[in-house]
Amino acid sequence: MLGFLFRRLGDIIPTFFGVTLLVFFLIRLIPSDPILMMAGERGVDAERYAELQAQYGFDQPLIVQYFDYLMGVFQGDLGKSFVTKKPVLDEFLTLFPATVELAVMGILFAVILGIPLGVLAAINRGKWLDHLTMSVSLTGYSMPIFWWALLLIMFFSTTLGWTPVSGRISVMYFFEPVTGFMLIDSLLSGEKGAFTSALSHMILPTVALGTIPMAVIARMTRSSMLEVLGEEYIRVARAKGLAPMRVIMVHALRNALIPVITVIGLQVGVLLAGAILTETIFSWPGIGKWIIEAMNRRDYPTIQGGILMIAFLVMAVNLIVDVLYGIINPRIRYKR
Amino acid sequence: MKANFVKVALGAGLLAATALAAPTAASAKTLVYCSEGSPEGFNPQLYTAGTTFDASSRQVFNRLVQFKRGTTTIVPGLATSWDVSADGLEYTFNLREGVKFHTTEDFTPTRDFNADDVIFTFMRQFDTEHPYHGVSGGGYEYFNSMSMGDLVKDIVKVDDQTVKFVLNRPEAPFIANMAMDFASVLSAEYADKMMEAGTPENVDLNPVGTGPFQLVAYQKDAVIRYKAFPEYWEGKAAIDNLIFAITPDSTVRYQKLKAGECHVMPFPNPADLEEMEADADINLMSQEGLNVGYLGYNTQKEPFTDPKVRKALNMAINKDAIIEGVYQGAGSAAKNPLPPTIWSYNNDTVDDPYDPEAAKAMLAEAGYPDGFTTDIWAMPVQRPYNPNARRMAELVQADWAAIGVNAEIVSYEWGEYLDRTKKGEQGTFMLGWTGDNGDPDNFLAVLLGCDAVGSANRAQWCNEEFDNLIQQAKTTSDVLERTRLYEEAQLVFKREAPWATIAHSIVFEPIRSEVVDYKIDPFGGHIFYGVDLAE
Repeated sequence: MLGFLFRRLGDIIPTFFGVTLLVFFLIRLIPSDPILMMAGERGVDAERYAELQAQYGFDQPLIVQYFDYLMGVFQGDLGKSFVTKKPVLDEFLTLFPATVELAVMGILFAVILGIPLGVLAAINRGKWLDHLTMSVSLTGYSMPIFWWALLLIMFFSTTLGWTPVSGRISVMYFFEPVTGFMLIDSLLSGEKGAFTSALSHMILPTVALGTIPMAVIARMTRSSMLEVLGEEYIRVARAKGLAPMRVIMVHALRNALIPVITVIGLQVGVLLAGAILTETIFSWPGIGKWIIEAMNRRDYPTIQGGILMIAFLVMAVNLIVDVLYGIINPRIRYKR
Repeated sequence: MKANFVKVALGAGLLAATALAAPTAASAKTLVYCSEGSPEGFNPQLYTAGTTFDASSRQVFNRLVQFKRGTTTIVPGLATSWDVSADGLEYTFNLREGVKFHTTEDFTPTRDFNADDVIFTFMRQFDTEHPYHGVSGGGYEYFNSMSMGDLVKDIVKVDDQTVKFVLNRPEAPFIANMAMDFASVLSAEYADKMMEAGTPENVDLNPVGTGPFQLVAYQKDAVIRYKAFPEYWEGKAAIDNLIFAITPDSTVRYQKLKAGECHVMPFPNPADLEEMEADADINLMSQEGLNVGYLGYNTQKEPFTDPKVRKALNMAINKDAIIEGVYQGAGSAAKNPLPPTIWSYNNDTVDDPYDPEAAKAMLAEAGYPDGFTTDIWAMPVQRPYNPNARRMAELVQADWAAIGVNAEIVSYEWGEYLDRTKKGEQGTFMLGWTGDNGDPDNFLAVLLGCDAVGSANRAQWCNEEFDNLIQQAKTTSDVLERTRLYEEAQLVFKREAPWATIAHSIVFEPIRSEVVDYKIDPFGGHIFYGVDLAE
């Protein structure tokens, strides 16, 4: 088992280098100069331009800049934002909990709705309920997030007035963040009504972000359930006279869920991509919105640091999943 | 499944709706502004973005002289009066007494505002040896781009209440520069204290100013909170709390305004204007912006070296169609390089009429009876002065094709576009300008002066007659004389036609009907001192 762990860890190192290399050079391939971008119509004279180049280290050869950057990364220094002049890592850590909170809620929404819908469709195969569920989930899957989010806002917030339009909590509440997770912080604050305000602000972004993963999970659950329901052992279980509900929930669903769980894991990437749009629309102060803004301003250290951190986290999650698989299924451990 | 969706959402919505009313002291008045983005920081000396100025200089700080709210008129600020020496080289400011700085967690002022604060404010930007010069990255782009470093020779403390600026050359627009955001006065005492504590960058992160509002907290990318400063020298603001709810999407900002989640929003989507106008809860304010959108000719490149060719092309452009199609009505035709909100705007200028036949004849006269081939450079970005350069380029392309001029549309990434037009690679190009200080010099000299060829003068146009007029206007502080000179310069400009002046955009600001006495700032800022909320 230890050998397996080291092998997987060994795989991560070249991937990590690959990511730093890609991010660093790809950004610089975009034909634009951050200094000219900052100067805008006003322009900047040649002397000042040279000064700024030196200040940001752009006067060095690319390979030297890359090496400097890499050395910083190994010391936990992702550089300072060109715009705010603050350490990129600090900004990331401030904003990351908001993204995690939204992603967790999104995936919960997707799982809690997606799996029952998939099961329901499978046991009603070919009937109207099946058609309805699957066409709705196909619609959900094909819906552009920004459009869906605006539709939700216009209907539930503006027309009905049930949910707030955007933000994480009513601006009238003010307390210092403790964990960075608004649902927890609002409880800790002890302010009356803060938690319900935070919760009500979560609803629409959660739905907007969770819709696509929900549709994917529902469809995956349905096909996986159909496959399992055709197996011999299900027929045996039914022949033994077990209650139909027990056959479906215990015998079939448990096995059908294995591929579904893999798909749920894959949705993490989808969620992070979706978070960029969702965060922008719902004024959600997370890393998606932060990276988009940094790209518009050609804030190299922020883009590099943000993408590197996300890549690092995805790698870490993958490593954990792999190790868990290894624990559950010894064949994976020894096959290599 | 749809039913499930609705049920879940409805249930949760109901749960939430009961708790949306938040705790506020019954008497406190809170104004919420749905701002369009996050500030880069809180020291206006370090940045150039309007979003940053809205969050810093316009609420937290004051300047020696200021713009009267809603106008480009200069009025006393932290200086009660100023004298200019006869040679125009010395500006002496008499400072206001009894002005207090904000008290924050880190800092309790022990003295009132005085000359030391003014010296610190400008020396930090001016003197590269100043201990604060390099703090927070130390880029003073606005100070530099207004050439303050070359202009100022020395800054002298005469006594505690008097400061003298000595200039290298007479420059009438200097006083307007002193009203700009980068000239916001910081506390020298606070700076000293932070330097002693080894945390000088705190001066830029946790601002201490003399302005009407003081910063309470900034939650990155989410909310900025201010409270009214009770000891403000002009009197406490009518509102008690000011909150910026950062909302980057313009459609969402409008939904928030409709739902009553904010009182004022900037930059509405043009498509929403009609609906806003019809909404009784919303007061849609509008004003001509302090900007100009233009199509420039590279006057050092054939055939644009000939003013006749430029005139002919001007006459071929249908501006009304552009204002309808590109500005969606939110613009007015421009005939001068200055916007009409700036003093010395020459109303007697006659615009080139839209007349394709006459244009064709003039082109033939200039030696191009069959037209020619050229390019139109279209900016890749959206700006208030040109919301859709690509579309504008297409309209101009069609207009010119009608007189036999075939133009290819060219575009580059923004940084590249600015760089190449500066070097003069283009035949014709689109660009514009938004005024910095409300002085005509800021348009005419910056964009069309001979010194600016190869930088912001992208038409590469150097006309001796025009340049003499604007240089003369720089050296006299007599406003009547300056007005006369600028009016004449505008006539020369029109005759020589280095640009086709296209339009001035109209700025729209929707506010909720309970907001009282809000004024649109001609500089594009958002100022909340003087604004009240009806009960």
